[in-house]
Amino acid sequence: MSRVFKFHNDVDTDQIIASQYLLLPNIEEMKAYTFESIDPEFSKKVQKEDIVVAGENFGCGSSREQAPSVLKALGVKAVVAKSFARIFYRNAINIGLPVIVCKDLYENVNDLDEITLDLLEGTIQTKDDTFSCTKLPPYMQNILDKGGLINFLNEGEV
Amino acid sequence: MGMTIGEKIIARAAKVDEVKPGDIHTIEVDRLMSNDGTTHLTIDMYHNQLKNPRIADKDKLVFIIDHNIPAENPKTAEAHKKMRNFAKEHDITFYEGKGICHQIMVEDFVCPGEFIMGADSHTCTYGALGAFGTGIGCTDFLYAMVTGQSWVLVPETIRFNLTGKLREGVYPRDLILSIIGMVGASGCNYKIMEFAGEGAHNLSINDRLVLCNLAVEAGAKTGIVEPDDKVVEYVESRGRKAEHLFVSDPDAKFEKVYDINLDEIEPVVARPHLIDDVVPVKEVEASEVKIDEAFLGSCNNGRIDELRVAANILKGKKVNEHVRFLITPASNAVYIQALQEGLIDIFMEAGAMVMNSNCSVCWGSCQGVIGKDEVLISTGTRNFKGRAGDPDSYVYLGSAATVTASAIAGKIVENK
Repeated sequence: MSRVFKFHNDVDTDQIIASQYLLLPNIEEMKAYTFESIDPEFSKKVQKEDIVVAGENFGCGSSREQAPSVLKALGVKAVVAKSFARIFYRNAINIGLPVIVCKDLYENVNDLDEITLDLLEGTIQTKDDTFSCTKLPPYMQNILDKGGLINFLNEGEV
Repeated sequence: MGMTIGEKIIARAAKVDEVKPGDIHTIEVDRLMSNDGTTHLTIDMYHNQLKNPRIADKDKLVFIIDHNIPAENPKTAEAHKKMRNFAKEHDITFYEGKGICHQIMVEDFVCPGEFIMGADSHTCTYGALGAFGTGIGCTDFLYAMVTGQSWVLVPETIRFNLTGKLREGVYPRDLILSIIGMVGASGCNYKIMEFAGEGAHNLSINDRLVLCNLAVEAGAKTGIVEPDDKVVEYVESRGRKAEHLFVSDPDAKFEKVYDINLDEIEPVVARPHLIDDVVPVKEVEASEVKIDEAFLGSCNNGRIDELRVAANILKGKKVNEHVRFLITPASNAVYIQALQEGLIDIFMEAGAMVMNSNCSVCWGSCQGVIGKDEVLISTGTRNFKGRAGDPDSYVYLGSAATVTASAIAGKIVENK
């Protein structure tokens, strides 16, 4: 079971992690500031396996990979949104953070609801319903399955 | 089957005859740019996570420190040092304090037909020269640095047929904000925005840079203006060759086509906190929006053309006593030209602050940060909540003319 942290439409990368923290030495130092301008307590409340649910265009804005990276470092299991901005989406897959497009979940969950995400089946179960998610193209799913692009790269190396 | 400009560039980079939307191709990247926003993390991954760390072709790499320059605290200084040392150790082309990364790339590197990846979302700027520039994160950058390659999902192309000419007092900044207002902040998500037609060819290289730079703010993977003689002239004047001038085939397939008459565009602003909340300046003027700060600069709007517009308006006038007006030339080349033309004198005599070339106020953490409840009018790239400082502050986006006129008036006004 995962708890839902629900956010609105057009959550931009500055809201996920603001620019003044990007040049900190590493993701571990940055993660305490995740979603600071929307929910300053987020990094303290979120636990491993929790899921971020959002509306349209999640992760719009800059190419900062720190945005998916802080979410992953906090233990977020996946981000489920109606749609994603492309650079965030690609970055998330590259670092092995599942990003799932599900049009119908958003209107049917509330903050802190408990849901079950089955990554292999591509389904999300709430207390009342089961929702199916859009599948990734096989090439991208393969990167995600390997835990990200670096593992994908290292695999072919000696 | 005909191809669009973007598809032709991807086909060239993938060394195949044809590509179509939805295909995934492995491509050879022509050039890779990374700035101080993420490079320290890329270098850590290079050292700590790779089985076989190596660089495929150092001559394809450009490292540029432009976001927090000069460093504002010791941690930034450490991040910069890491980048500087890595560039030196691996003999990577390195710029520091010479300008905003995209302006430097346009001045010194970009050629038409190239596929360029940059660890910065506004890499889409390079479409002004008929190149395919796209923003990536540091893992993608690392992969491409190590292998010389990357993977690309071929996007659909949305075509903007431009006719006519912008009227006097209307700028390409007004045009692209109007387009984003029309299509929405995710209206071109994962698409190529292709600008063509006689209206596009009427635009100068500077104007095209303004147009392509904000393509990502409509969600696009890139923006490309159909290249022409102006591109050849610009590139050759900078000592480079224009070898691959791609235009869309007559039977190329576009997902959508918009027809835009440039004569109909009027001065606009994007209101906080969404870039697609675009309204005529007149409308905001009527609601008397007082400002605390004005900013002229950024990779979108800090070139000599915009500085000239501002100087013309500011000459003999004073910045409003309640306003901080920061002006940041996009590169040192722009700065020097502005000095030679006497523009910097005009700015300083009017009471503006002229900063060294960097991302400045648009980046929201280097300088000119605004406080709680403060209002900024900016030529920057974004008006997200908290983008310029406190989460409870307000950013309006407008043209150089609107920003300068507002800096004098102390409130948002249209330049008359």
